[in-house]
Amino acid sequence: MSDVTPMRTPAESALIAAFPAARKNLPGNSTVIAMRESAFNRFEAKGLPHRRVEEYKYTDLRAAVREALPLAAAPDAKTLASLAGVTDPFAALDADRILIVDGHFVASQSASVIAGVTIHDLGEALSSGQGIEALGTIAKADDAALALNAAFMQGGVVIAIAKNAKPAKPLYVRCVVTGTAPHAVYPRVLISIGEGADVTLIETQQGPDGVAYQVNGVVEIKAGAHSKVQHVRLNAQGNAAIDMSTLGTDLGEHVEFKSLNFVTRPALSRHQVFARFSGEHIKFDVSGAALLKDKQHADSTLYVDHAMPHGESRELFKHVLDGESTGVFQGKIVVQPIAQKTDGRMMSQAILLSDNATMNNKPELEIFADDVACGHGATCGALDEDLLFYLRARGLPKPEAEALMLAAFVGEALEKIENDTVRDVLEAETQNWLLARAVK
Amino acid sequence: MPAVKETVDQVKAIDVDQYKYGFETEVEVDKAPKGLNEDIVRLISAKKNEPAWMLEWRLDAFRRWLTMREPTWARVDYPEIDFQDIHYYAAPKKNAAPKTIDDVDPAILDTYKKLGIPLREQEILAGVQQSKVAVDAVFDSVSVATTFKEELKKAGVIFCSISEAMREHPELVQKYIGTVVPVTDNYYATLNSAVFTDGSFVYVPKGVRCPMELSTYFRINEKNTGQFERTLIIVEEGGYVSYLEGCTAPQRDENQLHAAVVELIALDDAEIKDSTVQNWYPGDKDGKGGIYNFVTKRGDCRGKNSKISWTQVETGSAITWKYPSCILRGEGSRGEFYSIAVSNGRQQVDSGTKMIHLGKNTTSRIISKGISAGHSQNTYRGLVSAHRRATGARNFTNCDSLLIGNKCGAHTVPYIESKNGSAIFEHEATTSKISEEQLFYCMQRGLSEEEATALIVNGFVKDVLQQLPMEFAVEAQKLISISLEGSVG
Repeated sequence: MSDVTPMRTPAESALIAAFPAARKNLPGNSTVIAMRESAFNRFEAKGLPHRRVEEYKYTDLRAAVREALPLAAAPDAKTLASLAGVTDPFAALDADRILIVDGHFVASQSASVIAGVTIHDLGEALSSGQGIEALGTIAKADDAALALNAAFMQGGVVIAIAKNAKPAKPLYVRCVVTGTAPHAVYPRVLISIGEGADVTLIETQQGPDGVAYQVNGVVEIKAGAHSKVQHVRLNAQGNAAIDMSTLGTDLGEHVEFKSLNFVTRPALSRHQVFARFSGEHIKFDVSGAALLKDKQHADSTLYVDHAMPHGESRELFKHVLDGESTGVFQGKIVVQPIAQKTDGRMMSQAILLSDNATMNNKPELEIFADDVACGHGATCGALDEDLLFYLRARGLPKPEAEALMLAAFVGEALEKIENDTVRDVLEAETQNWLLARAVK
Repeated sequence: MPAVKETVDQVKAIDVDQYKYGFETEVEVDKAPKGLNEDIVRLISAKKNEPAWMLEWRLDAFRRWLTMREPTWARVDYPEIDFQDIHYYAAPKKNAAPKTIDDVDPAILDTYKKLGIPLREQEILAGVQQSKVAVDAVFDSVSVATTFKEELKKAGVIFCSISEAMREHPELVQKYIGTVVPVTDNYYATLNSAVFTDGSFVYVPKGVRCPMELSTYFRINEKNTGQFERTLIIVEEGGYVSYLEGCTAPQRDENQLHAAVVELIALDDAEIKDSTVQNWYPGDKDGKGGIYNFVTKRGDCRGKNSKISWTQVETGSAITWKYPSCILRGEGSRGEFYSIAVSNGRQQVDSGTKMIHLGKNTTSRIISKGISAGHSQNTYRGLVSAHRRATGARNFTNCDSLLIGNKCGAHTVPYIESKNGSAIFEHEATTSKISEEQLFYCMQRGLSEEEATALIVNGFVKDVLQQLPMEFAVEAQKLISISLEGSVG
């Protein structure tokens, strides 16, 4: 019954009304304008996704997005100056930095000369049409959040990593939302990785607490054959923010791709990963960890399309849910008829720390090839009483015993991060969350 | 494993398209004209001499059905069903009201004999006490015979057709019908509420352990008929019943519709075990013909410590759309679901279960084994949910799929929703093909590839077969092998 089209909400009507005017100010040549319009038409036809739309069954955007916010303007000098007061979670990381403020690339505060890496402003690229051939072709096109981003994207960055390049430092894309008045931000990051390259990508999304802003970001990664990519995303948006994000990947043969998403702060977040296997012998590993409390809601949605043989995929998602929070995991592994010898393992685990928390798990397998080994597991429950008793019998107070167990639980996902500094930062974030819980 | 050997021999003797139960019995029938409207609903109700409230109930369902749309969420694909091109009522003519089994048309008795349920023999040669099974046989739209009635009566168990129950025990039917699967539940359940023609009724009074297995055989015989049966089982405090259901149909080119509703109600400490072997005609190897099986089965564990267990063996039907569920309302109640779904040829199966944990300390267990071969699509779709108050709820789910050949699909769509911190849910699912090593090992010891496959498949589904009553287990094992026939090599 997905064909039920409810009446438009005020937010939908406002978004639809805002597009014609907004489009004139958004960057793009005629191809980009056509793309924006077709994406907008897709959105207009279906509206914001609601619980009757299977992919958004547990994250009802129609109910969550109450108003259409004005698009954020490009940052002026004053805004940029105010950034000094915003802590960078990866301040200690030795990396080549790229800064995006309110959805716009800030060239003055981004690395410009890195061997084997070229960086361009996406806004400029949209206008000139240079270097954006892959734009919009990587992620699954029929998604509503993606369509909104395609219609409204203000800017971002285009990163190209040359063949066989192995940048010495991680590339760190830091996206900051500023201001005290809520607005909407639609950044997009387009990354192409040459054959045989080896790169670590760190991404942070952050913004002020107490401001109900909306971010709908897209990262598209096209990885050439034999390349190796590690991507870590820290979602540190403000506590009143709505954060929608999409990671689209298109992987060539023998690519080793790893990605992890870490969430503790925003009111509502949804991270979706759309992965396409375009070559054989791909090793794909996505994971996520979310620590939630109060009325927070975090959704991890995956769509892994094994379209070539000999692919391997590993998914591990951890949710720790306290207060009245809600965790959502929807994972779908598709194995196409040709994708023989696929090896897929998907696991979602949740710990509910309160009687008012909710976990919704939907791990799906859709398999059309016979010579495969695919499995998924899903568990949810409370902390193990026996283990707690064991720790307390050894003299640990209850909050510490719980924190120890929870840190180990989340740690299983964080262990996948290869860069020590990055892993330390996320482990510290976990500890802070656990500490705040114990103090309460 | 003598049963396996037997299976393999049987498989060999059978041609790809040969469906064992594909014969047709020629009996005179009393049929309603094709089509569906209020008059047909009234006609069915009148044919059954139903009380006025029942007619109202049906009409209400029919009006509601007119406003509903066919669900499209299941992973099944079939041409649009013309609901006006079906006979909604067909009854063997000579059998106006069989008083005893001798009044039943011999042709029908013969049919059941061919199906392996010798009603007459059972009555006459009622052999060893514990091996007895009471049978209610439903032929097209009406129930033709119920055996062992007298003996059950002594124990206080009521086992009869639902039309008879409506006449003889209207208070029980009125009290319970539609309380588990409401009239408005879903498209097919609503349709069934409007036009159901017969089915079984079981009532087990307080503290009674039903002395024998109860069994119903359903058969669609007439062309262009739909079978809409409704089963209602009520077990009072501390009672127990084991109920078996078997289904077959003749081979035909056109598709036939089967939309049943089964409602189970278990009160305090009661236990109901429902086992089904569904072997409707699956269509030929090109997907022509076959039964569309759209069934709503639901059990309500209303009482404390009650238990409902579903065991399903699905080998037939062109399309299966079936989710036997348990509503675990009573404190400490338990729901179980054991299922084997085998699909071959062009069959499409979208099946699974729902375990809805409402009460404290409720437990459930789901074991689902899907086997797809040929060009079939086999989907497990299930829901496990714990509501806020379901403290201490516990679920274990295991869904395994086996793929034989690379033209088929096996899918798993589980929904696991927990709203209670103390609820513990575990879910695991795997999909794989028959291991080369296992096949090699068996073949090295002299088994042919087909024999080896049968052996491995039987091992794969063993967990579920063990849950079936003995007589059924043997039959089910044979059926699985027959269904997979032609899929190897």
